[in-house]
Amino acid sequence: MSVLKEKELRVIGFLCNWCSYGGADTAGVGRFAQPTDLRIVRVPCSGRINPLFVLKALLGGADGVLVSGCHPRDCHYAEGNFYARRRLEVLKGFLPVLGIDPRRFEYTWVSASEGQRWQHVVTTFTANIHALGPASFSPEARELQILNAAAR
Amino acid sequence: MRIGVFICHCGSNIAGTVDCASVASVASTYPDVAYATDIMYACAEPGQDAIIAAIKEHRLTGVVVASCTPRMHEPTFRKTVERAGLNRYMFEMANIREHVSWIGKDMEANTNKASELVRMAVSKLRLNRELKPKSFPVTKRLLVVGGGVAGIQAALDAADAGLEVLMVEKQPTIGGKMAKLDKTFPTVDCSSCILGPRMVDVAQHPNITLYAYSEVESISGYVGNFDVKIRKKAAYVDWSKCTGCGLCTEKCPSKKSYDRFNEGVGPTTAIIIPFPQAIPKKASIEREYCRQFNTGKCGVCAKVCPTGAINYEMQDEFIDAKVGGIVAATGYDLMDWTVYQEYGGGRYPDVVTSLQYERMLSASGPTGGHIKRPSDGEEPKDVVFIQCVGSRDVSIGRPYCSGFCCMYTAKQAILTKDHIPDSHSYVFYMDIRSPGKGYDEFTRRVQEEYQARYIRGRVSMVYPKGKKLIVRGADTLMGTQVEVEADLVVLAVGAEAAKGAPHLAEKLRISYDSYGFFMEGHPKLRPVETNTAGVFLAGACQGLKDIPSSVAQGSAAAAKALALLSRDMLDSDPQIAAVNVNRCVGCRKCIEVCPFKAIQEIDLRGQPKAEVIETVCQGCGLCNATCPQGAIQLSHFTDNQLLAEVEALCRF
Ligand SMILES: Cc1cc2nc3c(=O)[nH]c(=O)nc-3n(C[C@H](O)[C@H](O)[C@H](O)COP(=O)(O)OP(=O)(O)OC[C@H]3O[C@@H](n4cnc5c(N)ncnc54)[C@H](O)[C@@H]3O)c2cc1C
Ligand code: SF4
Ligand code: SF4
Repeated sequence: MSVLKEKELRVIGFLCNWCSYGGADTAGVGRFAQPTDLRIVRVPCSGRINPLFVLKALLGGADGVLVSGCHPRDCHYAEGNFYARRRLEVLKGFLPVLGIDPRRFEYTWVSASEGQRWQHVVTTFTANIHALGPASFSPEARELQILNAAAR
Repeated sequence: MRIGVFICHCGSNIAGTVDCASVASVASTYPDVAYATDIMYACAEPGQDAIIAAIKEHRLTGVVVASCTPRMHEPTFRKTVERAGLNRYMFEMANIREHVSWIGKDMEANTNKASELVRMAVSKLRLNRELKPKSFPVTKRLLVVGGGVAGIQAALDAADAGLEVLMVEKQPTIGGKMAKLDKTFPTVDCSSCILGPRMVDVAQHPNITLYAYSEVESISGYVGNFDVKIRKKAAYVDWSKCTGCGLCTEKCPSKKSYDRFNEGVGPTTAIIIPFPQAIPKKASIEREYCRQFNTGKCGVCAKVCPTGAINYEMQDEFIDAKVGGIVAATGYDLMDWTVYQEYGGGRYPDVVTSLQYERMLSASGPTGGHIKRPSDGEEPKDVVFIQCVGSRDVSIGRPYCSGFCCMYTAKQAILTKDHIPDSHSYVFYMDIRSPGKGYDEFTRRVQEEYQARYIRGRVSMVYPKGKKLIVRGADTLMGTQVEVEADLVVLAVGAEAAKGAPHLAEKLRISYDSYGFFMEGHPKLRPVETNTAGVFLAGACQGLKDIPSSVAQGSAAAAKALALLSRDMLDSDPQIAAVNVNRCVGCRKCIEVCPFKAIQEIDLRGQPKAEVIETVCQGCGLCNATCPQGAIQLSHFTDNQLLAEVEALCRF
């Protein structure tokens, strides 16, 4: 099982249930066409996302990872997205150390009413990943990959 | 585990662009899948029955339905599997409609993507555990925020049904915009005659406590048990002594205050009672206009008040209350129309807003119900109404229709003729939107019976010429330019969410759209609920609507609140955090981050450990992502469950 050869790349999204997952639903209800690459993991809150999930996805062979939560101050759980932002920002800075192109990881805020914005986010991010091409791995990342696989 | 997978066609909604049978056949090869099939409408009765039958026949212990968004039907299918004897959490959904079939037409890619989403769901389900809710007691008290007609209706309905109600209104009086209206469409009956008695009912109802001139300071807690802090703003008048006699407002020497209730049509005093029928009928001082506050000398009101109610030293007061549910009914405000330079940008006194015009029409308004030009007090003969000022205008970021302006403009044109029989009304409009009961007849009557001249087109400019205002615009039906010499111009100013609405939404933890209107739980099926359990919406705060619809939504919100608060106990959501005490090192990191203070430290044989208070935890999972030991896990969304979904997608 994998993505369609030649056509798609592996793009994984982590979306909070209340805002961005709803925004993606709104985009669907509005029939806003989007690339097919993205697979969405639903989490209650962007604050639930452990940066390790993103790392595991990237080491596991994802070509791009997109995280999306509620707009700052608009979190269903009051402040989860503030923590998310802080953690994800640290992660972004850390990726090059592991030999991973930080452009393969993006986080953004989309509300449940912003179907069109979601379409734009997905389309742009997917295009960016296609521009980068399939992920290739540095020796450091390879080593981590082996450790990661062994830990499973 | 024995998993059953059901791939829904949703008629052609999914099957049109996804090969459902082939998704089912791929799914049958996934680990632990004992049965997989495609199904026409999974949510319909035959669909649900088929799922139940399959659970029994194939002895399934878990179910995946691939269909629409879980935000729509997860509760439906959870009930279905429960009816077949499974725990409701032994269920997962794959969203192959909103996230697949509706966003692209490539059958091959969609089918492949749908199969992957099912694989993710199966991988997660394999790690699901049975979960059981706990029950907790409910506070049978309702908070209504906003005392417009919608909030009033919600409060009265709930109070009549026996619920205790707290109403918080930020102005010194309830009534909202309706209290400012002269007459109401489409019946042209007197606004204060129908609203007034209901306002009195609010004041006199034994179950309603009214906090006027107050705002919600903070809210914590959760459905069934919210803790609210109400800020009672200092009115500088002790309302327990004030009898509303109005002596102070007669004697106040500061006569040039902005009259908020009358939309600035004529000045008022620094100490005010907004209008004769105000509820509560109590005086309050507008500090910025008060001589005592500005110069330290005056004290006239304190001298004349027969009950000694004036208190210049008064401070804001805070009231703590516990409520089980909340209705937000904060209404709307008019947008700042002065961005439109073509209408003078506020420079011409005889260009007024629709709401100012209502006050000019009202017999209890500052002009005593006589329409007068603000510039010279003369009676206007030619009145021009301009619709859609700040509505349906993408150029200023307001693409939406305000909904009620077509109708109230027609009403105002009728009232103009009633007040000044030899007057002429001209209405510039984009389209006439009048779909309500008796509404189209009404907009016809104004043209046919009252001879208002309707001109379809935009106004390009308003400029003064002598005592008159020249209104120049296009008549797009005739294809000509029109110029009208007007004595008065009334702008149907577009409405927007009430000032501070986003701020309140953040306190309530509900969503709002990019214009500040509160988001309902579902645009069709949950119009008064929000996605935050226990918080309901009524009136224009959810989206602009007229009085009949606001009232209907007020009643609907009350009904929903009653359904919730009629129960003695509520079931808590078991998708909450749980601590593995063997792993917990008592570092307190989770306790620090939890936004709901749902984690406490306990002592376990001399060791500090974290413990989740089950009925307080809201299940955000912040603690889970914070714990360095992986000791605290969010049930149903554990690290392992989420990673299983990721791994289902990985190549290495
Ligand atoms: C010029 C004009 C004429 C109209 N004529 C008609 C008509 O003839 N017929 C008709 O059906 N409709 C008419 N309408 C529409 C009508 O005004 C609305 O449908 C109605 O007022 C909506 O009621 P509401 O309770 O939702 O909001 P509102 O009337 O706006 O009431 C909201 C209340 O909440 C309070 N509030 C706001 N924020 C807070 C906060 N943070 N905390 C506490 N309280 C807060 C406000 O002070 C206000 O009292 C007219 C509108 C205009 C502009
Ligand atoms: S999941 Fe954790 S952080 Fe969130 S409310 Fe529950 S205990 Fe608090
Ligand atoms: S963060 Fe983890 S280890 Fe620290 S106290 Fe909380 S549960 Fe225990």
